[in-house]
Amino acid sequence: MAIQTSINGKAVALSAEPDTPLLWVIREELGLTGTKFGCGVAACGACTVHVDGEPTRSCSVPVSEVAGKSITTIEGLKSADGTLHAVQTAWIAAQVPQCGYCQSGQIMAAVALIEKTGRPSDAQIDAAMTNLCRCGTYPRIRKAIRAATGQAAVAVEGAA
Amino acid sequence: MADNTAIDSASEAPLKRKGVKRRAFLIGGVAVVGAGLFGISIADSNAAKDAKARIIGEGEHGFATWLKISEDDVITIYSPHTDIGQGSNTGLAQMLAEELDATWEQVRVVSAPAEPAFANVGLGRGFLADMTGQPAIINGIPQSFLSFIARQMNLQITGGSTALRFTGQITFQKVGAATRLALMETAAKRLNVPMDELTTQDSRVIHAKSSQSLRYGELAAEAATLSLDNEPKLKDPTQYRLIRQSMQRLDIPAKVDGSAQYGMDFAIPGMRVATIQAAPVRGGKLTSVDTAPALAIKGVEKVIKLDNAVAVVAKGYWPAISGLRALAPSFSDGGHADVSTASIFQAHDAIIAKGEADGEAGQGDVQAALGTKPIKAKYQVPFLHHAMMEPFALTAQYKDGKLDIWGGMQDPLATKMLAVEVSGLDADDVTFHPMIIGGSFGRRLPMYMEIVEQVTQLAMQLPYPVKLIWSREEEVAQGAYRPQSSAVLQAALTDKKRIAAYRNDYAQPESAEDETVFPYILPAVSRRHFAHVSNQQTGAWRSVNSTQQGFYNESFMDELAHAAGEDPVVFRRNHLTAGSRHLRVLDEAAARSGWGTPLPAGRGRGVALVESFKTIVAQVVEASVGEDGMPKVHKVTTVVDAGSIVNPDAAMAQIEGGTIMGLSSAIGEAITLEKGAVQQSNLSDYPLLNMAQAPLSQDIHFLNSGAPMGGIGEPGVPPAAPALANALFAAAGKRVRNLPILTQAKG
Repeated sequence: MAIQTSINGKAVALSAEPDTPLLWVIREELGLTGTKFGCGVAACGACTVHVDGEPTRSCSVPVSEVAGKSITTIEGLKSADGTLHAVQTAWIAAQVPQCGYCQSGQIMAAVALIEKTGRPSDAQIDAAMTNLCRCGTYPRIRKAIRAATGQAAVAVEGAA
Repeated sequence: MADNTAIDSASEAPLKRKGVKRRAFLIGGVAVVGAGLFGISIADSNAAKDAKARIIGEGEHGFATWLKISEDDVITIYSPHTDIGQGSNTGLAQMLAEELDATWEQVRVVSAPAEPAFANVGLGRGFLADMTGQPAIINGIPQSFLSFIARQMNLQITGGSTALRFTGQITFQKVGAATRLALMETAAKRLNVPMDELTTQDSRVIHAKSSQSLRYGELAAEAATLSLDNEPKLKDPTQYRLIRQSMQRLDIPAKVDGSAQYGMDFAIPGMRVATIQAAPVRGGKLTSVDTAPALAIKGVEKVIKLDNAVAVVAKGYWPAISGLRALAPSFSDGGHADVSTASIFQAHDAIIAKGEADGEAGQGDVQAALGTKPIKAKYQVPFLHHAMMEPFALTAQYKDGKLDIWGGMQDPLATKMLAVEVSGLDADDVTFHPMIIGGSFGRRLPMYMEIVEQVTQLAMQLPYPVKLIWSREEEVAQGAYRPQSSAVLQAALTDKKRIAAYRNDYAQPESAEDETVFPYILPAVSRRHFAHVSNQQTGAWRSVNSTQQGFYNESFMDELAHAAGEDPVVFRRNHLTAGSRHLRVLDEAAARSGWGTPLPAGRGRGVALVESFKTIVAQVVEASVGEDGMPKVHKVTTVVDAGSIVNPDAAMAQIEGGTIMGLSSAIGEAITLEKGAVQQSNLSDYPLLNMAQAPLSQDIHFLNSGAPMGGIGEPGVPPAAPALANALFAAAGKRVRNLPILTQAKG
């Protein structure tokens, strides 16, 4: 009955009911609370994780759909020796978070974007980074993504 | 099965009163004796003992409530403020560590316990100074008396952009300076040298003459026994090495790797998860509910009826919310079924037209000067939701006669006292454990957080700990909104393009007078408040009344400039005092934004100047209207005079984010009512500005005039809406008088 999957590189057997959203399995069954609940309807992106590398809003995916897949959460971004991912380091350097609640999801979305595009343009950032932030940290998120990909901090309007 | 029955608590005695109200300071009639320290008065030795017992461990030594130094030189600061992401705890630490000459890397900040011993005396003192406008009088009030008042009020609130300007300046810098003197006094005795031969640096007292030095850690035990100087001399700002530096925020590392623990994340063994639905029409009661459909869902354990709500308790959030959705509860409407957005605006129109104001301020004979044909415009703004990203979540456990509550609140001490009141327990048996907050913007004040009462009621009748989570739907439907508000503005112009008279008649629940600063010098001005209260709960929304009043006044000033045929910056300048801070801020914003220089076709610039929380902000927005009717903000230039800034980068972040919040509310946000209930359901129909819609370019500049320090968390919000509306008028010739702008575009 258990659903077999892999979380942050470790094989796990999940006992949750199949219709339970992945978010609540991650938070309540696995105790990985870095992935956040914000809206429950995939509108805000605070619950973003990677499912087979794809940024996924885990509040709206039943756990049964991730059987056999590989899931990465914010806790799985660091390397084995505890070194932060380059995007996390860029987030600290740009002093991005304010309340911080949406930032796990923002970082997961940004990592997926960078893995896909290498050096995302401003238009690619706009298209991919649809996660909401009520504190208004968008300028710093953009700055951190650009810094993490070796681009100048200052965006130029129309250059996208 | 015994576990699976519904508990009916609807018949329990209602709460004695509804939450904790904002209380006024009462000064007369209370006798307090004894000299005071910064936190706790000597006279109140019980409170002092209590504070020490709660925070001082083996090898640690406490100073003035808020500070302890360990024998291995770790400096721990207890903050009575809630750092909601505005960086206030880092700023407070900079201020204390600056005066202490502490090694920054060894400084830690933690939340002060939610106990009366840690009531915020500096904040109380700041409020008094603000209210009376006479700091000299405040300085004459004994510190012990102020600390007594702060404890009486359970004062541990974060709001009003007060952390650094009140708590920081009034308490923390002095605690740092006085502690440094005590450490030096101890060192002088130990080294047998005069105190004036000693200096301090990097958490050491240094005697250069003899090349000796002592670590703070080895002096702390003895220094902690000395009485502290209540008015120590503070550093000259030219000596600052931490204040005015962009120190990295202490809370950020835990917010990038998922390790920060918010109230939502708390868990303890045996805990169940509950979720709740209250009457959709505020003021209504729960009349009936068939609990069976919820109880049939696997994982659901109980359905609990409260006076105006139904809660489902389950093994996890998913069964809890599934159970709640399976229910079809009936609620009464409290007699509010006829309340709607339209009915509230109609009521505003009627009371303003009637002209019987509930309060008036201003000067001059406005009525006569307005004449028979004033320029007149009506403005309307909707209820706004705080929409902080972390929905409400509190965990409570009632065990062995003691109640513990965990979560994030803007006023931990008042939260505790509310739980004391709801539970009927003694204060000693109730503990609130403050956690990190996922956004607040004024929402998480216990006076309008029913969840404190709800979770207390649940925990008191459950044999296990329970985490109560509000769904986002509940969060949107049961807010403490910025009030829906209307204003009728009138003015008359002289033939010299000057305002002869200005009237602002506004309708909303409470007066905005205490917070509104109208900077223009006019011969006759009148602000009249017309009180109208609906069934909706309204509260403080980041920058409070300054958002709607800023929108009204700065939009109308723009209308008057156009009516006078004058440039909006020039027109404002002509009504400001020469040499004033306001004028300097406005001029700087105009210069930096390239005001008056050519723009691409379809673009316009708009300006707004708003003072709030003693900080003056001028903003120029450059905007156009997209083909979809969506306003596009190309560039924002902001000039801020907050007097002085403790952490420039953190302050910059507050202005950036505040501007985006102001633009977001102006463009798309509205809570609307129909049949007494909120029509919006989630963030899907309460649109927040996203990355693509936020301005790509923000130029922010701080003037640092040296005036008394103003707030920084809120003042970035108010100018954005009027500056954008004025820019859209310049771009497209259409005046925005109703927010949000998108409703107008659609209509």
